[in-house]
Amino acid sequence: MKLGDALKISKRSLLLTAGAVGFIAAFVWLLATRGPLAPVGVETATVTRADLRPDVYGIGTVEAQHAYTVGPIQAGRVLQVLVDQGDLVQAGQLLAEIDPVDLRQRTEAASSAAARARQAALAAQAQVAEADSRARMAQANSERYQVLYRQNFVAKEMADSRRHEASAATAALTAARANAVGAQREIGRADAELQGIGQLRNSLKLQSPIDGVVTAREAEPGTTVVAGQAVLRLVDPARLWVRARVDQARAQGVVVGQAADIVLRSAPGTALPGKVVRVDLQSDALTEERIINVAFDPAPAQLYLGELAEVAIQLPGARDVLTMPRAALAQHNGRIGVWQIEQGLTRFQPVQPGVQTVEHVQIVSGLQAGDSVIVYSAKQLDDGVRVREQRLTPR
Amino acid sequence: MINLARRDIAHHLKSYLLTGLGLGLLIGVTLTMAGVYRGMVDDAKVLLRAVDADVWVVQQNTLGPFAEPSSVPDDLYRALLGLEGVAQAGNVAYLTMQVSHRGKSQRVMVAGYEAGKPGGPAFLVAGRPIARAHYEAVADARTGFRVGDVVRIRRNDYTVVGLTRRMVSSGGDPMLFIPLKDAQEAQFLKDNDAIVEDRKRLAANPAVNRPGQPGVLDAVQAIQTSSHKVNAVLLRLQPGMDAHAVADTIARWQRFTAYTSNDMEEILVAKLIATAAKQIGLFLMILAVVSAAIVAFIIYTMTLGKIKEIAVLKLIGTKNRTIAAMIMQEALGLGVIGFFVGKFAATLWAPAFPKYVLLETGDAARAFVLTLVVCALASVLAIRAALRIDPAEAIGG
Repeated sequence: MKLGDALKISKRSLLLTAGAVGFIAAFVWLLATRGPLAPVGVETATVTRADLRPDVYGIGTVEAQHAYTVGPIQAGRVLQVLVDQGDLVQAGQLLAEIDPVDLRQRTEAASSAAARARQAALAAQAQVAEADSRARMAQANSERYQVLYRQNFVAKEMADSRRHEASAATAALTAARANAVGAQREIGRADAELQGIGQLRNSLKLQSPIDGVVTAREAEPGTTVVAGQAVLRLVDPARLWVRARVDQARAQGVVVGQAADIVLRSAPGTALPGKVVRVDLQSDALTEERIINVAFDPAPAQLYLGELAEVAIQLPGARDVLTMPRAALAQHNGRIGVWQIEQGLTRFQPVQPGVQTVEHVQIVSGLQAGDSVIVYSAKQLDDGVRVREQRLTPR
Repeated sequence: MINLARRDIAHHLKSYLLTGLGLGLLIGVTLTMAGVYRGMVDDAKVLLRAVDADVWVVQQNTLGPFAEPSSVPDDLYRALLGLEGVAQAGNVAYLTMQVSHRGKSQRVMVAGYEAGKPGGPAFLVAGRPIARAHYEAVADARTGFRVGDVVRIRRNDYTVVGLTRRMVSSGGDPMLFIPLKDAQEAQFLKDNDAIVEDRKRLAANPAVNRPGQPGVLDAVQAIQTSSHKVNAVLLRLQPGMDAHAVADTIARWQRFTAYTSNDMEEILVAKLIATAAKQIGLFLMILAVVSAAIVAFIIYTMTLGKIKEIAVLKLIGTKNRTIAAMIMQEALGLGVIGFFVGKFAATLWAPAFPKYVLLETGDAARAFVLTLVVCALASVLAIRAALRIDPAEAIGG
């Protein structure tokens, strides 16, 4: 064999070996990084001491603290509506009027009845005077006959008859007096009825109970409304708040006076300052939410009722506590804890979490400052899984 | 004794390697097809594994939230929590929909769950879990969303706060986890036009809008726009409890249908993806048979191409055994090269598929054995042909 041939063959086999080694290396690399033999990639974080400022989040709508519904107290037809939506009104201002229909005629009838009662009272008074005069006359006659009877000038029968006339006239006087009092009372009744009709007429004039703004005009002239139905709705623009609904599970610790950020749907980028002013005693049992009223502090110039708003109520924070990222919190076999790496394998460490913020969670027990915990993993973790720290997502 | 196979291969190295490469790509395709099949079955199970529920409670006489529509009241969980052995109960709502992001529409399965209860993502690869009661989302990384992205579902914008991986529906759509209340709203909320039209329709209906009863219309409208339904309730049991017994109790006394997680897996695999899986499975079988046939033909023709050389070998008195060993070794060598190239290729391109491709080690082992068996069988055919060669052909040419 010539030297050249031998060189050629050895060069070729060298190339072949190199190729084979390269291929095997690439194969092993592929299996170890992408294939079933690859360790699960994880990202870790360290448990550190920090201050936590938790908040409670809820959504609600902008509502008026008090909403006023102005309507008639009995059914009627709307005669005129003097204001429209958006108008500012003052307390006592006439807003609308209900058609009185026959109320004017009923007033006249009542006032005639009152006048008649007065006449009747006069007549009764006259009857009293007449009865009085008769009674006095009869009494005098009776006394006269008694004297004559005692002197035996007249028969007893005559004297008794006169006495009877006297007592009958006295009784008639009593009856006439009672009649007169009754007639006086009748005047009072007729006057009251007249006044009542007057009140009714006043009630048909719908007046504003507050200084406020009209939010709805629900009936137009000519509409027939029933008792209690709204013709106009008013609110006090200075007393608007967000009626926020907060999940009961997270509502722990919310009390009146806490500061809150309000974000209106129309301005998603800006947080308006607010304050918790009332926590409703009655929660929503069906949706399992607590109702928390957050007032604007100070109120913005223009608000729209019914607008969706997000509320973040700031709770008292925890100072200098052990914290870790919230994503590290895991559940395993019904227990809460974290995954840790021990010699390249995973191990579950139960912990007791405390205050939670959006990003972080307080560790009450189970970990020390400086401990490393798995935050992210490329797969669902289990006990004793081989893991390797690596970037899981491009930053 | 010299190794004839090595010499022969060294002589035709380039064509031998190229043949091996070609075979490898074919085997790679077959392996990938097996991976597609396995991935499909795995897709169906992945959600079940992730939520890790022992019992699924769904509407009576339905096959659960995935195979059939199901709706149960959202306060049912209170009654279920009272049952003996139930440790945790969580409401879930699932709906498949298009969500838009940066003007691009993306098909996802939206899953509503309550924080801290069963039904949420099992792990994250970035960001944080949902911390607020509304308008936050955790997305599967396959959606292409990133932490901080804003996606629109119906009329609300959701901020993606976390990313997870391998969370897909049985159909392979990536999942988007949002708070349960938002999911309930998204599921039952109509578009604004429909709501306005409905209001008008109701107002025109004299039965609900009577002149004398102004409050009735508002009440009816309020009822129509609220929803207190979820698709299923997931239960986790206390350790040692028999899931079947709990499911039977629920079915008998609560009048809902309850499945253990094994039943649910059966529904998803055997009912929901049955036809598609069979389709892929049949295709896989055909592909495997065709691949085996092609491997056999290639080895056979490769041997037939060497008739002259074999005749010469015979002429110089080489033993039949030596010739047979050469052919057998070359065939097995091709099989080994082909398998490794195929496995390499399949592993390399599997992540590029839009749906999950699961390459199981067991499948690879089976494929390896099958390749060697096919190669051996094919070489037997080729050996028979080679041994029948007349040494005279070497001179006759």
